[in-house]
Amino acid sequence: MRTLRLLLEKEFRQIFRDKGILPVIFIMPMIQLLIMPLAANFDVKNINLVVVDRDHSTYTQQMVTKIASSGYFHIKGYYNDYAPALHEVEREKADIILEIPAHFETDLVRENKAEVYLAADAINGTKAGLGSAYLNTILGDFNNEIRMKWLPAKAAAAGTIDVTSSNWFNPNMNYRLYMVPGILVLLVTMVGGFISALNIVKEKEIGTIEQINVTPIKKWQFIIGKMIPFWVIGMVDFTLGLLLARFVYGIIPLGSLLLLYGFLSIYLVALLGFGLLISTYSDNQLQAMFVAFFFIMIFMLMSGLFVSVDNMPAWAKMIAKLTPVTHFIDVVRMIVLKGSRFADIKMQFLYEIAFAIVLNGWAIWNYRKTA
Amino acid sequence: MSEKAIVCKDLTKRFGDFFAVNHISFDVDQGEIFGFLGANGAGKTTAMRMLCGLSYPTSGEASVAGYNVFKQQEDIKRNIGYMSQKFSLYESLTVRENIRFYGGVYGLSDKQLKEKGDELITKLGMEKEAKMMVGSLPLGWKQKLAFSVAIIHQPRIVFLDEPTGGVDPVTRRQFWDLIYDAADSGITVFVTTHYMDEAEYCNRISVMVDGRIDALDTPANLKQQFEAASMNEVFYALARTAKRSAD
Repeated sequence: MRTLRLLLEKEFRQIFRDKGILPVIFIMPMIQLLIMPLAANFDVKNINLVVVDRDHSTYTQQMVTKIASSGYFHIKGYYNDYAPALHEVEREKADIILEIPAHFETDLVRENKAEVYLAADAINGTKAGLGSAYLNTILGDFNNEIRMKWLPAKAAAAGTIDVTSSNWFNPNMNYRLYMVPGILVLLVTMVGGFISALNIVKEKEIGTIEQINVTPIKKWQFIIGKMIPFWVIGMVDFTLGLLLARFVYGIIPLGSLLLLYGFLSIYLVALLGFGLLISTYSDNQLQAMFVAFFFIMIFMLMSGLFVSVDNMPAWAKMIAKLTPVTHFIDVVRMIVLKGSRFADIKMQFLYEIAFAIVLNGWAIWNYRKTA
Repeated sequence: MSEKAIVCKDLTKRFGDFFAVNHISFDVDQGEIFGFLGANGAGKTTAMRMLCGLSYPTSGEASVAGYNVFKQQEDIKRNIGYMSQKFSLYESLTVRENIRFYGGVYGLSDKQLKEKGDELITKLGMEKEAKMMVGSLPLGWKQKLAFSVAIIHQPRIVFLDEPTGGVDPVTRRQFWDLIYDAADSGITVFVTTHYMDEAEYCNRISVMVDGRIDALDTPANLKQQFEAASMNEVFYALARTAKRSAD
């Protein structure tokens, strides 16, 4: 115990004397938390639309006005022909072309049926997909409106199926509500992952590890002595982030804080074990940095922060499940936004405990005092 | 407790088909100052690392402070001090904090740490520097401090790997005073060096060539044996026979 205390004294002194690393640990993540959720907005707005109007009728006017007033679209131009409209798309001035054929109004009135064409620039897939979907909805609305005007009774009788949906736990589909807890996890992961990955390697580089290896300090004492300070840093970072979420974004965890911190404490052990494992395999800080970067990149992209894990192919789901970050993002969102209880997140708990045991056991096993 | 501090028989370290250390045998008595000489790349550091329990020997036998180098590395580590080629105190800790850390991990109590620390600081004349970061001290001071810290727990043996490399002659002389004091207090000193004047200070010296020990005796006997006027000449005579290129 005394050895461990001495190791902790040393580690904390070194960390707090390193004037370069302190802002990286405590201030940079908070700045990121202030900037990223504002930018990482998946709502698609400002879709540039060009209209090819071959009909020039009252109905086309009404339809375009309705589209323009939805707030999602900027009408960038009216053309009589398709070619100049396509040219606008090629110049990146427009995202979607709405083509209204000649006799649109006549067809609509006489045959009770008319067609319009949508062409979307799919280079920005999200914008194209969501833009087309919005446009479809708006056109559907428009369609209903004019039918109601013509035949109020008959339309009601026709009984179209109207789907009404409500968004639970995030009623306004506010992306910040969804992103902030995820980004908070990301930041804790980056700070914890990198500092732990670089630390033992640093001792290797400056040669002090050899001096440690020749003392009676036990392997587990050394590893735990490294882990506790980073664990504390992770806890502090998470707490700062949670406070920021509370006061800047108004996000107050619905679930139990005790449960949240309980999960965090195990998650940090798993994450730091991962960093220390990289550390024991690397010969210098550059190597450790690249390896850590490689894995943390995978963790981030597979974690469900940006892309829902449920939409991934089966093999990718497997990988996602095998990274500690995925489960933690899941749990933080569940506890913070839904107020989930222990029973709801039991599986994630088990996963995280398994990660903690395997990664740390591996790190201790791979750290050799005698080579 | 055996009389011999180090017993070594046919100790070998092989990397692939390269014999870094090739069947070396020697004994070191308790309290002796044993010089371990050899050109760069002759295998000194590898041999020393095996004796300190930092590296597994490939074959042979050796015991350090009575403990087996194959099985009892952790027992060895409790009974030795080690100062490597690379400076290995923590530069971002103060002199005091380094003493406290390294002394503490060898099991010294707070009271002992205080006493030993005061004693050490007074002896090195570093009262003013006690609260300074070790990183800001000149090299010679760092080396003297590193040595003093390496023996703060009064180990049976201290291993010094080129402790005076890059240190000025006056400080080297002071460093050797410290070594003599340690030897007087009963600590066996196992030291590698490239300075032949330092070799003369040793009780006995061995010279490694290409992983083997080609000569082992007192400096006076070696000079006689090689009909040399100085240790320098002895070293040249032996090192010229090396077939390995230096690193």
